[in-house]
Amino acid sequence: MSATTPENVPVREKHSDWRRVLSPTGNRGDAIFRALMLGVGLFMVAIVIAMMIALASDSMLSIRQFGIGFLTGRQWNPIKGEFGALPFIYGTIVSSLIALIISVPFSLGIAVFLVEQAPHYIARPVGFLVELLAAIPSVVYGLWGIFVLAPFLRVYVEPPLGRWFGWLPLFQGSITGIGLLTGGIILAIMVTPIISAVVRDVLAAVPGSQREAALALGATKWEMIRVVLVNGAPGIAGAVILGLGRALGETMAVTMVIGNRPDISVSLFEPSYTIASAIANEFTEATQALHLSALVELGLILFFVTFIVNGIARLLVWNVTKQTGGVGRAA
Amino acid sequence: MSVWKRSVCAAVWLILLVSLMGFAGCAPAGKVGDTGAQLQGAGATFPNPIYQKWLSEYGKLHPNVKIDYQSIGSGGGIKQIQAQTVDFGASDAPMKDEDLKAAPGELLHIPTVLGAVVITYNLEGVSQTLHFSPEVIADIFLGKIKKWNDPKIAADNAGAKLPAADITVVHRSDGSGTSAVFTDYLSKVSPEWKEKVGTGTSPSWPIGIGGKGNEGVTGQVKNTPNTIGYVELAYAVQNKLPVAQVKNASGAFVQPTIDSVTAAAAASAANTPDDLRVSITNAQGADVYPISSYTYILVYKNQKDAAKGKALIDFLWWGIHDGEAMAKGLDYAPLPADIVKRAEAKLNSVTANGTALR
Repeated sequence: MSATTPENVPVREKHSDWRRVLSPTGNRGDAIFRALMLGVGLFMVAIVIAMMIALASDSMLSIRQFGIGFLTGRQWNPIKGEFGALPFIYGTIVSSLIALIISVPFSLGIAVFLVEQAPHYIARPVGFLVELLAAIPSVVYGLWGIFVLAPFLRVYVEPPLGRWFGWLPLFQGSITGIGLLTGGIILAIMVTPIISAVVRDVLAAVPGSQREAALALGATKWEMIRVVLVNGAPGIAGAVILGLGRALGETMAVTMVIGNRPDISVSLFEPSYTIASAIANEFTEATQALHLSALVELGLILFFVTFIVNGIARLLVWNVTKQTGGVGRAA
Repeated sequence: MSVWKRSVCAAVWLILLVSLMGFAGCAPAGKVGDTGAQLQGAGATFPNPIYQKWLSEYGKLHPNVKIDYQSIGSGGGIKQIQAQTVDFGASDAPMKDEDLKAAPGELLHIPTVLGAVVITYNLEGVSQTLHFSPEVIADIFLGKIKKWNDPKIAADNAGAKLPAADITVVHRSDGSGTSAVFTDYLSKVSPEWKEKVGTGTSPSWPIGIGGKGNEGVTGQVKNTPNTIGYVELAYAVQNKLPVAQVKNASGAFVQPTIDSVTAAAAASAANTPDDLRVSITNAQGADVYPISSYTYILVYKNQKDAAKGKALIDFLWWGIHDGEAMAKGLDYAPLPADIVKRAEAKLNSVTANGTALR
């Protein structure tokens, strides 16, 4: 680099300003790297904003027509041009909740078993199988849902539920094997490998000294595991949020088994509908501008529902970790 | 370590080199040969299997003409031909007047093949073919007939041991031409259906559970006892589903077959309007299956590019003549002879800059 020639000096002076900002150490490689990473990070934000703008502008027709009533309307009738999103919002949230209620205990159990209890020759293949489950395409889950899970639930699970818990409005109504419960269960199966794989890594990252300390103080194995779980709490919560994200947006598998009926009924046996399913189902044949616009607005709502649910989850996590004073931010 | 580094470096260079060569190789291949033509089409999913067959057979006869068809749905087909992003569109239902007006030029409907919607069911202990009259189908799908042993169903099915079980209705959950044909039929036979539900690709069903696609409906009907649903004829034939006979407008119970579907088109040829946009559900005639319909290809009457237009018209001409012979093998009903004649006249009327293309 022949930087000593006089005419080069002012040019370098000019550039030095931004170079100092980007790289205080003055290393060119650092500056390039920093700019690159900044660009990538901003690009991410830009994509989210661009998506929101596109969704909002394409759903303008429907927003103008229905206003806030779109969120509270219960009628979805493309022929008559009536569009209300409440049944879809309800179906999306409730099916995801069912999924989490079932899958979180399972996932924690799997992760604890793999990290704390299983010998190596079992932990490895079982861990591999769990990760394999996460890689199965959702259409396959859906077909399995129609042909195996739904008939199984109809014959062996829903009748006893109806008999023993039929006094609860949750388990009343006709039994077809297709409905909100089946949708929630298939989501639980799809979400479990994701949550358990992440929780396993979280638990594995909790320092061994914690375990040793607990055992040295006379803790039983169960008490030691509790210490590990409390330490990993923020990471575990992160894993659950990741699973929730997948459950909220899952389309194909749920569509196959949820019954696709835009109705709100308390019973989990009744068919329901999710936002993602509605968009996937109706988008191809939506010819009316208003219908199309209403579907895009559903997408916008899913965007916000995901935001809000994630926000609430993070808030909960924050509260929990503050109370328990969770130290090892393992994740 | 250094061997590892060097091999990674070599691999990166290799990938770069190969991808560069790939780009270089692609560029000339993407261009069209000057003697041939490249056509794009998009639309209905229902006729996709036969259109793909046509494209591959026609491609063998005319290797310099390259035609693509994307089955994105009838709605998408109409939108794309309106926007002129494709050379031809395809739709199961004929276009509405306001959609035709929204197009920048005059669009022609060329019927290609026929399909039908059949009633399938899962009823344990009943081996004979069930018979349904139109009012019964409408009442079941309206949720007014709730039990299989309802006297209205029994009246058409003497001798069948109908169970005292609840009927579970299964319908399509995805927007579909199949639903449009079925609801068009129900609107014609039931004033109550017409008023409460109407005709459309995504109607608001009064009752039942939704399955995605023909396979979703079939899966739920097969796996749930006491269900009733509707699917395309071709799908039912290929999967050997139990299929009901339906009472037509002349009072006869007719099995859905390729011949009874073509008969529906032939029977309604007399009152088919000049632009060939017609619904042939509930047609008169003793051997007519009443839930039948055309599927159409949409082309502009005035083609911008003479060479492309000529290639398109030649292909469609081949389709409605030689192509019809392939229909039965794929479980589509071929056009009746007089409709082929009228489609010929439509193709003959296509021009490019004022000059006829055929």
